Amino acid sequence: MKTISLQDAAAMIPAGATLMVGGFMGVGTPEPLVDELVRQQKGDLTVIANDTAAPGIGIGKLITAKLLRRVIVSHIGLNPETQKQMLAGDLQVDLVPQGTLAERIRAGGFGLGGILTATGVGTIAAEGKQTVAVDGRDYLLEPALRADFALVHAFIADYLGNLGYVLTARNFNPLMAMAAETVVVQAENIVPVGVIAPDHVMTPAPVVDYLIAKG
Amino acid sequence: MDAQTLIAQRIAQELRDGMLVNLGIGIPTLVANFVPKGMHVFFQSENGLIGTGPVADPGMALPWLTDAGGKPVTALPGASTFDSAMSFGLIRGGHLDLTVLGGLQVDQHGRLANWMVPGKMVPGMGGAMDLVAGAKRVIVAMQHTAKGRPKIVRECSLPLTSDRPVDLVVTELAVIGFPHGRATLLETMDGVTVEEVVAATEGDLVISPELSEPTLPKATSKAAAMTSIGEPL
Repeated sequence: MKTISLQDAAAMIPAGATLMVGGFMGVGTPEPLVDELVRQQKGDLTVIANDTAAPGIGIGKLITAKLLRRVIVSHIGLNPETQKQMLAGDLQVDLVPQGTLAERIRAGGFGLGGILTATGVGTIAAEGKQTVAVDGRDYLLEPALRADFALVHAFIADYLGNLGYVLTARNFNPLMAMAAETVVVQAENIVPVGVIAPDHVMTPAPVVDYLIAKG
Repeated sequence: MDAQTLIAQRIAQELRDGMLVNLGIGIPTLVANFVPKGMHVFFQSENGLIGTGPVADPGMALPWLTDAGGKPVTALPGASTFDSAMSFGLIRGGHLDLTVLGGLQVDQHGRLANWMVPGKMVPGMGGAMDLVAGAKRVIVAMQHTAKGRPKIVRECSLPLTSDRPVDLVVTELAVIGFPHGRATLLETMDGVTVEEVVAATEGDLVISPELSEPTLPKATSKAAAMTSIGEPL
């Protein structure tokens, strides 16, 4: 694990990259990193996330700045700008049931090729998907998701990169921290090793590549 | 009493002590206001919380403790938090006793459409497809009609949320179940006649022989059953 400045962390991400971004309606999104991507105008990005938040919040800022080419999300209903860009043909929106999205990301991080789920069977979410019967019940084969970078928000990180999350800001963060080539963490608190008790570590240090230093 | 409160109060009667329950937005959220006294129900918020409490007092809100709409809430004693895989593992793994969701249409076999209107409203399915596919029991809370048109229909014109039929639909007019895959009128709300329900419903509606009819004389009920497009069970 290396520490990195906010500017260098965003500079490391090339235009056209695929990003996983933690957060649920902006809660648990590494907001400073999003702001820096907007400042550096990193475009043509694909974002995998739960939702596109709302204008001015989290991933909503990337939408408004027109930096995204494609989003893979479960919900866009609270961001009218996403719908506008989608209808104008400027943004590809792949809608995925929320539980399926979480499991596809988990599969990507856990070495699985995909998952079988009953969610979406008999709906338009099943279009183009392979159906697999197990013990007489139909499941959709949903492939794993991985990304070039995971942008993770943590409540607490130690100097090694062990992470803890808080309350509902956890959401997709620990799943995404497993599923990207490069994992970049913005933590609210950075503490000496040992402050986080082993049982309270939610993401173990070895999966974290970069911890953003306090400015 | 307004329609939404009536629906929420009726659905609250389906709650049981110790249940794990997920409430959708809109009318379903109101159900939490009518938990019977002395009953303990676990309410899940799919962003990763069991034990969702009321909105925080002024100045006490924490930006990292929110409901599924991103609004700050509190947590009740005994609450737990978890990541999104665990949250949907609870939903998809058969651990969720009940979900209450809003509806745009329900077909006569109980299949729900509630997540998009093509070309008009495409918010994304969020957790709706997982909830309907995975919860032990699914109740739809909705107005019986929209702009005078039935929402219980022969066939959904809107995209389905799941091919798994829901268990119960509660409207301001009636409670409708789907035994044997057929829409069946189980209860009429106070002051509502069977004819009114039938007139506001599209497709076949079976009239349950055990129909609760607080205000309706029996003769009218039988006549309705015989003249309706449905047939008795």
